[in-house]
Amino acid sequence: MATVELHKVCKRFGSVEVLHDIDLALDRGEFIVFVGPSGCGKSTLLRLIAGLEDITSGELRIDGQPMNDVLPAKRGIAMVFQSYALYPHMSVYENMSFGLEQAKLSKAEIDRRVRAAATMLQIEELLDRKPKQLSGGQRQRVAIGRAITRDPRVFLFDEPLSNLDAALRVDTRLEIAALSKRLPDTTMIYVTHDQVEAMTLADRIVVLNAGHVEQVGTPMELYERPASLFVAGFIGSPRMNFLTGQLAAAEGAATYGIRPEHIALSETAGDWPGQVTLTEKLGSDTFVHVAADGIGAINVRVEGRCDIAPGTRVFLTPDAAAAHRFDAAGRPIVRAAP
Amino acid sequence: MRFATLRTLGFYALVLVIVVQAVFPFYYAILTSLEDGQALFEVNYFPATLNLANYRAMLTEGVFGRQILNSVFVASVVVVISLALAVSAAFALSRIRFRGRGLLLLTILSVSMFPQIAVLSGLFEVIRAMGLFNSLWSLVFSYMIFTLPFTVWVLTTFMRNLPVEIEEAAIMDGASPVTIIRRVFLPLMWPAMVTTGLLAFIHAWNEFLFALTFLSTDSQRTVPVAIALISGRSEFEIPWGNIMAASVIVTLPLVALVLIFQRKIVSGLTAGAVKG
Repeated sequence: MATVELHKVCKRFGSVEVLHDIDLALDRGEFIVFVGPSGCGKSTLLRLIAGLEDITSGELRIDGQPMNDVLPAKRGIAMVFQSYALYPHMSVYENMSFGLEQAKLSKAEIDRRVRAAATMLQIEELLDRKPKQLSGGQRQRVAIGRAITRDPRVFLFDEPLSNLDAALRVDTRLEIAALSKRLPDTTMIYVTHDQVEAMTLADRIVVLNAGHVEQVGTPMELYERPASLFVAGFIGSPRMNFLTGQLAAAEGAATYGIRPEHIALSETAGDWPGQVTLTEKLGSDTFVHVAADGIGAINVRVEGRCDIAPGTRVFLTPDAAAAHRFDAAGRPIVRAAP
Repeated sequence: MRFATLRTLGFYALVLVIVVQAVFPFYYAILTSLEDGQALFEVNYFPATLNLANYRAMLTEGVFGRQILNSVFVASVVVVISLALAVSAAFALSRIRFRGRGLLLLTILSVSMFPQIAVLSGLFEVIRAMGLFNSLWSLVFSYMIFTLPFTVWVLTTFMRNLPVEIEEAAIMDGASPVTIIRRVFLPLMWPAMVTTGLLAFIHAWNEFLFALTFLSTDSQRTVPVAIALISGRSEFEIPWGNIMAASVIVTLPLVALVLIFQRKIVSGLTAGAVKG
């Protein structure tokens, strides 16, 4: 059953429409990621669900009840902010209990909930500290803890990892994934511009572009069957190669897309001859940039180490079964089943 | 090496000039207040005598004690009311979007541009009409014309720099606007409030023109006017010793306040550095 439903939701700031007719239905307990480039409206959409922005037109329902005019605190949601937004003058305990106090819960119940959340996140020994005495990762946990104590139906995350350094980001990502397993009835909505976070965390991904929903689907659906040129370019790292011109026309498409991992590289024979311009060695993989004759720049992903020097002549062979073809409007051309 | 020494010397010489220029008048007032009779008119730069007679005279004779209490009352009430109004106004001006917000802010600022003397006669009529003439409330009322624009403007700027997300977190936590101001903003704004409050206090404490105009009896006067009106036994005698003793007495509370709130003031002046 759907917990969060949006019907034809629009948002205008003055005369600028930033979200156009958004229709979504999120199931209970699902981990949903809103992903898209900056300015695509993903944070605004999250803030509409949170109630921090008014909905211009359309309807938002949570558990079947209309929520358009319900106060944020009464929607059964909790939010983790990008900058954590802890109250700097309150201790960790007070930060976590503030919302419960506002909800007029009993002292004993507040204490029970704060301690339960602190235990779950392993921050019991930090309860007396002030936020400025905490590291970035600890602040993040407190912010999540504050949200957990509210026992929400829907958990909202607004780019929660963007202020952490790279190593901590991976750890925290795993913790958030574990958290959603521990709270199976809580729907999670997570906003990010990082497609790796989206792919690793999501049950389903919502790709947004310029205020429209481009595609909704599981990470693998988006990877294997992108519904548009935009999704194809956004999901997957490194980016899919897009080839136009004669080669695409020969395939009956306006754009021919092939992922770097679906191209075989050979020094002796292949479909597309070309010259290596640059190699990026990551250890586990090597990204080889090739200027293919008469085709253009192509990025190839080679597993493991690859010591080809720039300037070397190479041959590329695409895996035809994994190729994507798009028409002039950027829609995929579905290959007839063989 | 020699050049460096010279530079250090030059630096401290300049510091000395500034310190002397700022401190000497006050030092000379203290010096004068401790002398009496003819000793007053001999120029000296170190205390020759330590005579507290002038202080004793000021505090025991006449109504000077009462006048200090008048000043304390007026300045404190002005600070409390100004801050209370300014915090709520600053919240609206910095956080609530409404039509004419920028214009309103500019209007508030421009009010404080009028010289006191320009509004004096009009204000006198208003105060008479309100029946406040020769009442301390006339000063509370008129001082706020000048303290409010300043406190509102500074607190608005300060509040704008507080992260919006903290307020949004409080909204998500179910806090009402009043609770947000009281439990979230006020604790964060203490440095700014102490700084602006102190400046408002000093302004109200030192104000002369309105206090001279709106109060007519000795027992109602505030200290700046009282000091100016201290007279000697004859019209040819100006009791410098008493005047200086009174000046020192009324300066001390300000010095004490500044010392007490020193650290808050420093953090209030670096207001932009608030971090979420």
